[in-house]
Amino acid sequence: MNKFLVSASAVAIALTASVGVAAARDQIRIVGSSTVFPYNQAVAEEYSSKTGNPAPVVESLGTGGGFRAFCGGIGPDHADITGASRAITKSEKELCASNGVTDITEALIGYDGLSLAISRKNDADWDLTEEQIFRAVAAELPNEAGELVPNPNQTWADVDSSLPATKIVIIGPPPTSGTRDAFVELTLHDGCSAMPFFAELKKTDRDAWNVACSRVRQDGLFVEAGENDNLIVQSLDGDVNAIGIFGYSFLYENSDKLKGVAINGVEPTFDTIADGSYPVARPLFFYVKNAHRGVIPGMNEFLEEYMSEEALAAGGYLAERGLTPLSEEKILEVREAVTGGKKLEM
Amino acid sequence: MAAVETTGSGARTIDWSSDEFKKRRSRRYAADRRLQYYGIAAIATALGLLAILITSLVMTGYTAFTQTMVSVQITLDDERIDRNDVFGANWRNIVRDAFKAATPGLETADERAYFAMFTNNAPFLVRDRVVADPRLVGTTVTFTIPMADPVDQLAKGQIDRSTPESQRRVSDQQIAWFDGLAQQGMISRPFNTGLFFNADSRFPELAGLAGAISGSFWALMVCFFISFPCGIAAAIYLEEFAPKNKLTDLIEVNINNLAAVPSVVFGLLALAVFIGWFNMPRSIPLVGGLALALMTLPTIIIVTRASLKSVPSSIREAALGIGASKHEVIMHHILPLAMPTILTGTIIGLAQALGETAPLLLIGMNAFITSPPAGILEPATALPTQIFIWADSPERGFVSRTSAAILVLLGFLITMNAIAIFLRQRFERRW
Repeated sequence: MNKFLVSASAVAIALTASVGVAAARDQIRIVGSSTVFPYNQAVAEEYSSKTGNPAPVVESLGTGGGFRAFCGGIGPDHADITGASRAITKSEKELCASNGVTDITEALIGYDGLSLAISRKNDADWDLTEEQIFRAVAAELPNEAGELVPNPNQTWADVDSSLPATKIVIIGPPPTSGTRDAFVELTLHDGCSAMPFFAELKKTDRDAWNVACSRVRQDGLFVEAGENDNLIVQSLDGDVNAIGIFGYSFLYENSDKLKGVAINGVEPTFDTIADGSYPVARPLFFYVKNAHRGVIPGMNEFLEEYMSEEALAAGGYLAERGLTPLSEEKILEVREAVTGGKKLEM
Repeated sequence: MAAVETTGSGARTIDWSSDEFKKRRSRRYAADRRLQYYGIAAIATALGLLAILITSLVMTGYTAFTQTMVSVQITLDDERIDRNDVFGANWRNIVRDAFKAATPGLETADERAYFAMFTNNAPFLVRDRVVADPRLVGTTVTFTIPMADPVDQLAKGQIDRSTPESQRRVSDQQIAWFDGLAQQGMISRPFNTGLFFNADSRFPELAGLAGAISGSFWALMVCFFISFPCGIAAAIYLEEFAPKNKLTDLIEVNINNLAAVPSVVFGLLALAVFIGWFNMPRSIPLVGGLALALMTLPTIIIVTRASLKSVPSSIREAALGIGASKHEVIMHHILPLAMPTILTGTIIGLAQALGETAPLLLIGMNAFITSPPAGILEPATALPTQIFIWADSPERGFVSRTSAAILVLLGFLITMNAIAIFLRQRFERRW
């Protein structure tokens, strides 16, 4: 027993001591947005299968969390690449610069279509305008006297008499999600500005406008599901009148159960998202730390794989995963920027 | 006649057979029975919920334990494969030609849809097998290759053939091709060994738990080798040597409190200390194991102290009586006698650590990694975090794989608890 204890503690000490060895690393580390995560996954797997190099480690930390890890500094302890579902902000650039990360390259990889969908068991053909969506979802709407009151609409017929008289149920992502930010920015803000009352408010008091147009009703008609889009898909299957909001790839994968809700007469499809006629789409990026190229093994080969025709082009494997691809000229431009290590203005 | 009568001398006589007492009695019996029924109802509710959980997992998960495969003959031509550079051959074309040969009369325009029926990584699977065994070059070998997820779902009846073509992931043409392959006897659906021997993949047909199982194994090893010796040493000191004073009381209270601290707190601690200060890399089982060790340590200390306490003092006194030193008493007598209980407690503590997700999420053990870790310093996932990743994937095949992974995790937990029960039954001494 005595010997066992001694050897066990020796092993424990050896484990703790071996940590110093772990500093160098031979695999690429990718962090960032959960929306870009599936595309990073795809390229990472393809790269490692093709070259036989160690598999990159891909983590989903969210756009903001990704930049915090990415901008932490230079060296093997910090991530090499981060995905983002929006462009880098000024404060994130400052954070990067303050930690010595000054040479980064930005790459636009395509667009993410956010889709509204409903169960196929629902008989009606759904075609909404952004204003109707806003009227259904907003926390407060102006009444006839021009005062903001809690949203009185209970059924879609209350929103617009041409719509079915079924109860409004919208299942969407929580405020922490990038998908929610995109929904608020791309749909609610537009729908809000289409109402004369708020258009007026935008001119006089932008902050109040921003608050009023971003707030979502809390009376139970807008259901905040978790970050898990699969859960939303399942709830839609269970409630025929519920409309869900999630990334287009989930609608594409479940097209036997769900149908898209058209916005302004446009159905969500790859084509309508790519040409911008489906209004709820956002650009996706990744950012590369140029100081790590040539230091972390395989960085250049990985970027080559990411920029390859097979990955990025229309019909490439990223498009198969749900990414809406860029136009051909744009792909050439991005490829040149990435291979040349074009420095982002800080 | 009244039920209770006071006789002249003051003594009371009770008529037990009176109606009032019969009623009282039946009320008390009824209360007994009700209490019993509440208990049975509670157990039935618990068992019912458990049954619902397991049934729903099995119902959604069982399909993931088989995988639709296609057996295809591939000619490994000398002309197309350079024996000195097997890795660099054009495997994509070699494999595609073999697939094409299985369906004669395939039009060029349809090729893309046709190849989409087979797993995207088929060329790599063939390549890796030939690289591992270069003697295959120059022969014709039958390879069994997984079908892509939509076709797998079709074969398993998860995709209904009667739905309109635009509403399903496989086209009528693909169904016709699939039926053609099936008629030639090329389609089989064996047990899905890949689920246990493949690492993670973005393709459900290839995704497996090997990375997660080995990651969990390494993390639990680290956890065991740190928390077991530390826990026992701490418990021996506190139980046998420590003076009884305010300080040791404080330590005791704190250990009991630590056992109840939510595990996410230990994750934050590991993030700040091991990754922040000690600059250890993220996502490695060493850090995961350390975080789990912090969580398991208090449990082991408490169990060890309790089992040391339960060894009868007669043994201690007898050993001391014949001149054994304190060290000998503890190491030769008390600890060996207490060991079965300590081991039982440790295994239950480790089983708890195995199912723990929150601390691992914080230290990045929920990354996507397509190769299993070879040691405690290589990035890995763990079983619960793998479930977490799969649950969030859009592909239909991951729905059943998530349930299957949960069943695998439950299987490990049941095994560990069974070992703990076995140890307790077999070796525990009762005094």
